[in-house]
Amino acid sequence: MALKFELPKSGFNFDNYNRNLILESKGLKSPKTIKTGTTIVGCVYKDGIVLGADTRATNGPIVADKNCEKIHYLAPNMYCCGAGTAADTEFTTNLISSKLELHRLATNRQSRVVTAMTMLKQMLFRYQGNIGAALVLGGYDVTGPHLYTIAPHGSTDKLPYVTMGSGSLAAMTIFENGWKKDMSREEAIEIVKDAIESGIFNDLGSGSNVDVVVITKDKTEVLRNYKRPNERVKKEQSYKYPRGTTAVLKTSIRNFVDVTEGVATPMDLS
Amino acid sequence: MSIMSYNGGAIVAMKGKNCVAIASDRRFGVQALTLTHDFQKVFEINDKIYIGLGGLATDVQTLSETFRYRVNMYNLKEEREIQPKTFAHLVSSTLYEKRFGPYYCEPVIAGLEKDGSPFICSTDLIGCTTFPNDFVVTGTAEQQLYGMCESLWEPNLEPEDLFEIISQALLNAVDRDAVSGWGAIVHVITEDKVITRTLRGRMD
Repeated sequence: MALKFELPKSGFNFDNYNRNLILESKGLKSPKTIKTGTTIVGCVYKDGIVLGADTRATNGPIVADKNCEKIHYLAPNMYCCGAGTAADTEFTTNLISSKLELHRLATNRQSRVVTAMTMLKQMLFRYQGNIGAALVLGGYDVTGPHLYTIAPHGSTDKLPYVTMGSGSLAAMTIFENGWKKDMSREEAIEIVKDAIESGIFNDLGSGSNVDVVVITKDKTEVLRNYKRPNERVKKEQSYKYPRGTTAVLKTSIRNFVDVTEGVATPMDLS
Repeated sequence: MSIMSYNGGAIVAMKGKNCVAIASDRRFGVQALTLTHDFQKVFEINDKIYIGLGGLATDVQTLSETFRYRVNMYNLKEEREIQPKTFAHLVSSTLYEKRFGPYYCEPVIAGLEKDGSPFICSTDLIGCTTFPNDFVVTGTAEQQLYGMCESLWEPNLEPEDLFEIISQALLNAVDRDAVSGWGAIVHVITEDKVITRTLRGRMD
């Protein structure tokens, strides 16, 4: 039977667009979305790529998430750091990740970093910067290690070390000062960690922990919370209330019951 | 004046030890004019998942019906109950679909997973999810709630203690917000039951 209401197949829905314009024209302001104020970096070294990110998400001046994940999975040999509007980075990388998976199944080949980069930039360009995703894309494929930045309008750069987000200047100082060609794995992770920490401590939009991903020819390591320089100290006192403090007007308790199939007993008719 | 504070409201969800709690105020008003104090902002999705919708009241009600419809469709198609994580993705996708003409609504989700572990989640108005391991807040009293929760919450609270903490956090937060309050409702979800309590709060 055909349903009266069908779930939409795909794509954005603009049903509320005009209503929202009217509300805004009446002087009601549109609320802010969660941004990842962010420091994200990437760096090429001897055997591959190191990506790094902080873990703070902000909503205006409020810290919305103290330990969020900004390094998104794209493919087994590819990860992508996201800065900007958090929902946009999340959904854009998810969409491209799905497309890459289907592409791999259709071609039976490992995904290439240029492919992902082209898909991302074409999508972002199509939306003319309205999808606020600033990305650092890193991966290793048959043609070697690659590192790109992709800006919200769809422009891309290919560089040996890159930074993005509000902490990009703080992080870039570390790279400009200490980056060398053909670094070892340990040196590369160290400089990426220092760059992110520079963002964490000097940029207000970035904070909390350091996430690192290392991608080499045949191995990808996700080092979630590689460094935790802002560990919360244990509370010295508990503010627990004694039970019964709160004035309750009405209580209703609903117990869950297990309904199992059994043998039905005939009704007693006596 | 933001669209999000046109009707006012405050919602909070917290993790406990093998239990989870979600609470909201009950005011419905238009700017400074209070109209009712029995407004529903927390909705039951199934026995072990509740969603609180904060923001513009018209969108709160539209979204609650949308989620009801989509969860019913899920149950019919899959022939099983939806899990909290799956439901969080459903909420997130539903909101992101309207990326360029959003609902003015920021949901919080509280539930128990299959293994009985607590689950909480919040999203912004275009579906950016966060999964903290302590508490989530939304609404016009967001800042006050952050302050209360940061000081009151501690790990591994029993259902009874969790109830006191979430209630006091909410009641004291809404007393410092002009457009929230007028009573409160708290749901504590445990492995074998849901305890729903309406609280006495200031009516000014």
